[in-house]
Amino acid sequence: MTAKVAVLDYGSGNLRSALRAVERAGAEVVLTTDQDVALEADGLLVPGVGAFAACMQGLREVDGERLIEKRLIANRPVMGICVGMQILFAQGIEHGVQADGCGEWPGTVEELQAPVVPHMGWNTVEPGAGSRMFEGLEDASFYFVHSYGVREWLLEPPPAFPQPVVTWTSYGPERFVSAVENGPLWATQFHPEKSGDAGAQLLRNWVGTL
Amino acid sequence: MSLAVRVIPCLDVDAGRVVKGVNFVDLVDAGDPVEMAKVYDAEGADELTFLDITASSDDRSTTFEVVGSTAEQVFIPLTVGGGVREVDDVNRLLRAGADKVGINTGAIARPEVIAEITGRFGNQVLVLSVDARRSDEQPSGYEVTTHGGRRSAGLDAVEWVKRAGELGVGEVLLNSMDADGTKQGFDLEMIRAVRSVTRVPLVASGGAGRLEHFAPAVHAGADAVLAASVFHFGELTIGQVKDSLRREGIHVR
Repeated sequence: MTAKVAVLDYGSGNLRSALRAVERAGAEVVLTTDQDVALEADGLLVPGVGAFAACMQGLREVDGERLIEKRLIANRPVMGICVGMQILFAQGIEHGVQADGCGEWPGTVEELQAPVVPHMGWNTVEPGAGSRMFEGLEDASFYFVHSYGVREWLLEPPPAFPQPVVTWTSYGPERFVSAVENGPLWATQFHPEKSGDAGAQLLRNWVGTL
Repeated sequence: MSLAVRVIPCLDVDAGRVVKGVNFVDLVDAGDPVEMAKVYDAEGADELTFLDITASSDDRSTTFEVVGSTAEQVFIPLTVGGGVREVDDVNRLLRAGADKVGINTGAIARPEVIAEITGRFGNQVLVLSVDARRSDEQPSGYEVTTHGGRRSAGLDAVEWVKRAGELGVGEVLLNSMDADGTKQGFDLEMIRAVRSVTRVPLVASGGAGRLEHFAPAVHAGADAVLAASVFHFGELTIGQVKDSLRREGIHVR
């Protein structure tokens, strides 16, 4: 059976590449703001561009927080991309102003301190041990474009819980979380839909879990 | 490892077809943008830039079609510039399938539009495209031009980049109008001057003719190198340019 993926349409930006990339990864894809469609899909993709606070506001307007929560309680896969990953953390700080995120993971999204910002272009990753997301992609490069990131991974679940697989990327003096696999909740700071063949393989790895 | 220096082919698109002229005159048709985008992707291009030079707004819809088909077939970042004046223009291009949008004359005419665009879509979507040339009229020695280099905008190019960075652009595409089409190499002094006043990524453009031209632009401070005709006419391939950068110790994908 072909997996069905819903792409959450809650703001602006290029969603066309995301839709086609997921389709290319072997899934049936639909762009939606409809709660039922988004709940029933085998996978939910949460894209995201722009500012953290603006993104959260857009997400709330489609009741996206509750949607993500409902899916995770039922162990239904969700994948966040770029700011769609950042808003899964507890909070973001932009220009000194703090905004609440979805709080799926503890941690703060902060401005990157590097000589050149945004971090824009192709960079490599250090996949966490046992990563399924990066299977066959250990040396691949992915396309990043962001000015904010998460410097510390704070979630340490008790041993009985699934252990999160955290992937890191370095840029100048910075080292930040570039991907997370935490039970049904996956996320990437980079854009797999813009990362050519490597990104396509990563999306196939995700669709393969649905 | 570290962030790779990007190699970006630029396609000038007029009414849905790729064109590129020497110093922006005598345009020569060089192909179908979607097909060319696929070829460049296969050759290892890190991004693509489309410059929409369509004069009439009636033909603008062909641009959206070309952007859309490209975004659906080529999975690397796509920047589209040309004719961008307001927030709605950006929204339409992003919705069509662009990842970043270039702004040039529109920002010169009304600098506030930079903050309007980045406030809604984030800094990372907006690329300030600057067509600059040497001039004794400006303190830095470089002035901004418009209309394909035919007119002076009466702005100091270095000062303009600095200001646009403060207003929120996420990247600067610096095109040397003196070097453009000459194939004599990038204007390294201008790259250095602009690099010193901005923290955002800098794309160097104009003057690439031979492989040995690319590494010096990176050493002068460019985060990415852009070229058009040398790629379109097959004089150089993306792979050759990357090899030449690698030989100079520069990290590429």
